[in-house]
Amino acid sequence: MASVVLSEAEKVYILHGVQDDLRTDGRGCEDYRVIEVETDVVSNTTGSARVKIGHTDVLVGVKAEMGTPKLDRPGEGYVEFFVDCSANATPEFEGRGGEELGTEISNMLYKIFDNQSSVDLESLCILPREHCWVLYIDVLLLECGGNLFDTITICIKAALFNTRIPKVNVLEDDEGAKEIELSDDPYDCMRLNVEGVPCIVTLNKIGHRHVVDATLQEEACSLASVLVAVNMKGTLTCMRKMGKGSLDPESIFEMIGTGKRVAKSLHVSLQSVLNQEESMGKKRQKIGFLR
Amino acid sequence: MAGLELLSDEGFRQDGRKPGELRKIQCRMGVFAQADGSAYIEQGNTKALAVVYGPHEVRGSRSKTLHDRAVVNCQYSMATFSTGERKRRPHGDRKSSELTIHLKQTFEAAILTQLYPRSQIDIYVQILQADGGNYCTCVNAATLAVIDAGIPMRDYVCACSAGFIEDTPLVDLSYIEEAAGGPQLALALLPKSDQIALLEMNSRLHEDHLERVMDAASKACKDVYAVLDQAVREHLQEVTALLGDQGSA
Repeated sequence: MASVVLSEAEKVYILHGVQDDLRTDGRGCEDYRVIEVETDVVSNTTGSARVKIGHTDVLVGVKAEMGTPKLDRPGEGYVEFFVDCSANATPEFEGRGGEELGTEISNMLYKIFDNQSSVDLESLCILPREHCWVLYIDVLLLECGGNLFDTITICIKAALFNTRIPKVNVLEDDEGAKEIELSDDPYDCMRLNVEGVPCIVTLNKIGHRHVVDATLQEEACSLASVLVAVNMKGTLTCMRKMGKGSLDPESIFEMIGTGKRVAKSLHVSLQSVLNQEESMGKKRQKIGFLR
Repeated sequence: MAGLELLSDEGFRQDGRKPGELRKIQCRMGVFAQADGSAYIEQGNTKALAVVYGPHEVRGSRSKTLHDRAVVNCQYSMATFSTGERKRRPHGDRKSSELTIHLKQTFEAAILTQLYPRSQIDIYVQILQADGGNYCTCVNAATLAVIDAGIPMRDYVCACSAGFIEDTPLVDLSYIEEAAGGPQLALALLPKSDQIALLEMNSRLHEDHLERVMDAASKACKDVYAVLDQAVREHLQEVTALLGDQGSA
């Protein structure tokens, strides 16, 4: 991952700031940076979104393709994740350099989505045992400036909100042969319920306190962090301790508490932004990367 | 022609363009803060992002170092969701490797590499949405990114594709026109000096027509140049204004 080198004095400066609940960019310990969200940025996809938090920039494209259900879950569709750490973010990711981080992130994503409540997989089934929708969620990392996991999950939620899967009808003829018919109307589509989609909140332990949405500099000062994946209702779907340092159990519970609290307000504001964007409909001017 | 009329009797193309007309080009320089140079370009529905790092010390094996000029290192990749059908890998497949080499050739011809001996310049391009003319769009994006990085070049490199359908040369082909399978030419031009940085043609075309297609393509490249130059000037004006120096730009 892109990293910065900090001197001892710079670290102390950040550390003392965090202790007084005042970070180098003026935020408190539980404040996020400004989050920019835009959906429907790539028209070749079933759903897409771009999220920018500070210098972290992520693009997510969701593609729905027809596939066969997995043998152990015949009545459900499934979701596939792929994370591309492109060389855009840092030259270290050139060639196969980004694969390790990409696999780590996608494994984390599989874990947080591996439960009944995240995405309604049954609605993705077309014909049990024969056909289902496979959602390929492809994450493209364009720039990393700290707090990757949160940015990616926010972007995934926005992209899933934007996803419109075409409706299909199953026709059965006299001999029992089944045929799948795609609706002619491009607006006749199915939407996903994103209420259960969790977002990760990363809590970095700096000194005796913990901060959310750490910048690269703050991540360099943090020895250990806790990732909590929380959905809109406040249910924890996954948690993981990361980093090379160690944490005592008490502080972990404290951090989970903060994570839940922050995640709740994050979900509420994200949802309101997404609703607002959608209410503008076609009148919304697409910005994309042009400013 | 597969039952699809690519050029109507009135002389208009599928998307309403005339044969020698480009798609709408929109671009922006300085998209990312961490890279030394970056640019984003939209040509119709084809969207590309280019990032430049360098000139910096040669990374990895020292044996790549050239004692008299800089190494130009490129990577062409396509987002897995950029095409109609999902791609399995963003880069490393045969097509991307080929385009990587083409990009490298193109920019070695344009960048004044002899000014930076024993160093390396990285150019990474990424297709976000593919709708024909991917290589050309990438070249144009990379040109802007190199300019944004402040790396001296002989000239802009402007690229445009051209085809030949029903006895008419078409420029800046869209995906539908590319998929129809006619002859296809990609031209990267240094517009001021009329030097060709890269020329490639697939499929077959009668030699008698080649000159017309080439002319159409180089005309289109010059049109691209006009747009890019305008964008660069506007960008510079904005930047100098922000620096508090109105300058003479």
